[in-house]
Amino acid sequence: MKCPPFDYHAPRSQAEALALLARHGEEGKILAGGQSLVPTMAFRLARPARLIDINRIAGLDYCRAEGGRLRIGPLARHARFERPVAPGPTGRLLARAAEHIAHAPIRTRGTFCGSLAHADPASEWCCIALALGADLRVLREGGERLVPAAGWFQSVFTTALAPDELLAEASLPLLGPDWRCGFAEFNRRAGDFALAMAVTALRLDAAGHVAEARIALGGVAGTPILAEAAAASLLGASPTPDSLRAAAAIAAEGFEPTEDAQVPADYRRDLVRAMTRRALEGSLAA
Amino acid sequence: MNWTGRRLPRTEDPALLRGEGAFTADLAAGARAVRFLRSPFAAGRILSIAAPDLPPGALLVTGADLEGVGAIRPELFRFNYRAIAQPVLPRERVHFVGQPIAAVVAATPEEAEDIAEAVLLDIEPEEAVVTIEDALRPGAPTLHAEAPGNVVVDGTIRHPDCEAAFARADRIVEFSLRSGRQNATPLEARAGLAAHDRATGRIRLTASCQMPHMLRTGIAALLGMAEADLQVVAPDVGGGFGQKMALFPEYPLLVWLARRHRGSFCWIEDRNENLIASAHSRDQIHHLRAAFAADGTLLGLEADILANTGAFSCYPTTCGVEPLMALAEYPGPYRLPTYSARARALATHTCPAAPYRGVSRPVVTFGLERLMDRAAAALGLDPVALRRRNLVTEFPHVTPTGLTLDQASYVEALDRAVEAADIPAFRARQEAARREGRYLGLGLAVFNERTGYGTPAFAARGMGIVPGYEVVDIAMTPAGEVEVRIGASPHGQGLRTALAQLAADRLGLDPSRIRVIHGDTDRTPYGWGSFASRGAVIAGGATQLAADKLAARLRRAAARLLQAEPDSVTLRDGAAWAGEASIPLTEIARRVHQRSEQLSDLGGFNLAETASYDPGGTFSNACHVAEVEVDAETGHVRILRFLVVEDAGRLLNPLIADGQVHGGVAQGIANALLEEVLYAPDGNPLTGSLADYLPPSAAEIPHIEIIHMETESPETLTGAKGLGEGGAIGAPAAIANAISDALSPFGVDIAELPATPARIRALIRNAR
Repeated sequence: MKCPPFDYHAPRSQAEALALLARHGEEGKILAGGQSLVPTMAFRLARPARLIDINRIAGLDYCRAEGGRLRIGPLARHARFERPVAPGPTGRLLARAAEHIAHAPIRTRGTFCGSLAHADPASEWCCIALALGADLRVLREGGERLVPAAGWFQSVFTTALAPDELLAEASLPLLGPDWRCGFAEFNRRAGDFALAMAVTALRLDAAGHVAEARIALGGVAGTPILAEAAAASLLGASPTPDSLRAAAAIAAEGFEPTEDAQVPADYRRDLVRAMTRRALEGSLAA
Repeated sequence: MNWTGRRLPRTEDPALLRGEGAFTADLAAGARAVRFLRSPFAAGRILSIAAPDLPPGALLVTGADLEGVGAIRPELFRFNYRAIAQPVLPRERVHFVGQPIAAVVAATPEEAEDIAEAVLLDIEPEEAVVTIEDALRPGAPTLHAEAPGNVVVDGTIRHPDCEAAFARADRIVEFSLRSGRQNATPLEARAGLAAHDRATGRIRLTASCQMPHMLRTGIAALLGMAEADLQVVAPDVGGGFGQKMALFPEYPLLVWLARRHRGSFCWIEDRNENLIASAHSRDQIHHLRAAFAADGTLLGLEADILANTGAFSCYPTTCGVEPLMALAEYPGPYRLPTYSARARALATHTCPAAPYRGVSRPVVTFGLERLMDRAAAALGLDPVALRRRNLVTEFPHVTPTGLTLDQASYVEALDRAVEAADIPAFRARQEAARREGRYLGLGLAVFNERTGYGTPAFAARGMGIVPGYEVVDIAMTPAGEVEVRIGASPHGQGLRTALAQLAADRLGLDPSRIRVIHGDTDRTPYGWGSFASRGAVIAGGATQLAADKLAARLRRAAARLLQAEPDSVTLRDGAAWAGEASIPLTEIARRVHQRSEQLSDLGGFNLAETASYDPGGTFSNACHVAEVEVDAETGHVRILRFLVVEDAGRLLNPLIADGQVHGGVAQGIANALLEEVLYAPDGNPLTGSLADYLPPSAAEIPHIEIIHMETESPETLTGAKGLGEGGAIGAPAAIANAISDALSPFGVDIAELPATPARIRALIRNAR
């Protein structure tokens, strides 16, 4: 469990980092918090020939509200979100999820954007990014593009990010007070990767009817997934205990679960049903 | 001044808390790094092992290099034991994933790992036997020709009147249970550092071990070297729990390297190696059948015990340790008129089993205490009353397997626990919660724990190497401090503190004047180590005897110097007293050593004594109570309350006793709910990291309430009984009973541990 050999670069500017990526993209890897990458290297499951450490680049740890969106820089650490970073449902949802991310020492190092780039299927940030419709700003030397979260996650640990690209910013919509966000996850020990999680967001109109609904599930498939049928079932009516229960049941049946020795498929569905209902109920109880 | 019995803070702790402990890895600077290349297959034939281009100074060692090195082959002369052999490095076959098959030496651990990756291994995989069911299947591959049918131990006890008991029973309760495979997961994994001394040719092996003297004996025999040329040192050791008792192939290989290449070689085990290749435990299936009278009296018990003990037999205890402990101790604290049982150890292509805190008794207690609850339900009786009816109340009591239970408090501890748990109030809470769709449960576990047993108990097992006694050398320095050299080898148990307390009282000295020296074969008398809940009883008894002998010497010298009768001299407050007259012990020490012309006729020029102690053993006892809430939707179990009523006789240091209970219960909770080593059907381990193998964190461990009772044992010199394993023994059963109680509306019975959320959900789903 010692890392294989690698070269180490510590660029002082984003431009320098992009130039290194342009030159070494295929064999290079960005090091931000390193909380997933370094253990993976110690197990020799990842063996990048070069690490490009962006921690010495000034000004990348921002997290600010701007133009109705929350803009999150590549060095904003998980711990930053433990208290709401912005007033309103978005900041509260992030704070609610942050406490589930591993343990305190890891949260002081790991980064929001790093989680999105790593794309662990059980990442809280990835699930929220999909649920709320994050936009991901990607840079490469001489170019830039914006990728919506819906097009970002491709499979386990695989995203739309090209080898020569840097995830330079994630932005989330700052939801208004008519939104109700919920979060629930299940794990066997505090801080473990979730066996299932649900992120829910409902917009209620003046009559208390659900005008918009988003439900995302994490930890249950190769990528976070949207439970669209479950969300659609809630539209146009006031949520009731029965309608939330029904939506949770739809969510539990509407995906292909990953299975392993410890988590059989039907158990994963049990968890999705419970987490979805609890997230929805929790969001409306507040 | 009574030091014994006080909650004295441990003298071991300040250095550990400051990060100034010296563990093996802290001592390895300058040594060359060793990396073991481990088998990627559970079963297979080695065709070739080809070295890559080795950088200067690097080495690759395979079985072919170990000409003349023996195999690890412990003996047991009873119970149809088949002696099977484990090579230090195999030449022909591999027997489990993780088995060391070659060693790479390089300047750094990183480089050694790089080279190990580049070694070309050609192994032809063969069919693997992984589970108990696999091993027993007719026609299954045989791991060792010496053990046909993969049965390494087959012990039987038959009482002729057992069948009659079942014939006249009003009720027969029968069920099977399974306890999953565990890894002890000490905080510090294994580590070894072998260094060659050019001046003497001796080797010093520093190793994270529990039995340094035994390790020396075993390695010297394997390598055919003089035992006197090997020094084994156990420095600070970060927990063992039994996993560090055995003689593993890695340590003799390090000593072989140091001798052959006249240098220093170190191996620091990583967590992945520890999880897949150090030693496992539990992995048992028990089938129980019990006969009861209508009033709840237990009439007879039959047990069929199957233990998956992995690929090899651990030295020195052998793989019989798990099944045979269950065979001998199934009657527990209950009056059992008749008992028949069979216990088998089965070889499989998995990591070898070694003792782990509790050794079988967590599974036995799980079985017995589920039996009590199941029988109570079947007979319509109160489970507390059923237990009370059957617990042994008169001592000494001889069990059907010939063990003698000494004075204990089985019923009293149960009563204290039941009172503290306030069961009527709990039932009201349980009822109210059920109306809200929440499931609370309460579970009891009553058990006894055989501890502090010496040579006779081990000899009865028929072991080829019989441990048991402990020897203590005690001496006062010319400046008046006392050095206590013990053969036992604590690694977290606080013996430096507790033994100093004992000696302090016998010598009238402050414990700060007493140094307990351990874990070094050059500096301590031959002894066995710290395992089997024996330190306080056996090392404690020997310390007390040695201190008494030293005290007698001091009194004789003091009598001369004070011109008094030896019988009139007492030791207290660092001085010897005869009436009002006194002389400091420091002065006596100085005179004995440096003015010996005054005292030499009293017997020698020093203040050194030796004592040994070898007791028959004693049984501590306890009652655990768990209160849980089960989330019926997710299967998650939350422990709301955990109560331990523990009776370990006289407590040498209640603070240390509390810590033993806390740690044991935490490991018992792990056994009940979290930890399980899993293998794929082809024998590949699935739990090679702490993301898959789940020791509890602080968040999963509730506050643990402890009530101590102190029934002093007439069987031990100090009045103490052992309690190192009790926490781990009782907690799994108490939690299994609590979950079963919580889910009684579904008719769910917990018969498999760990009771993972997925398993609990499956039970609920199938019940509906």
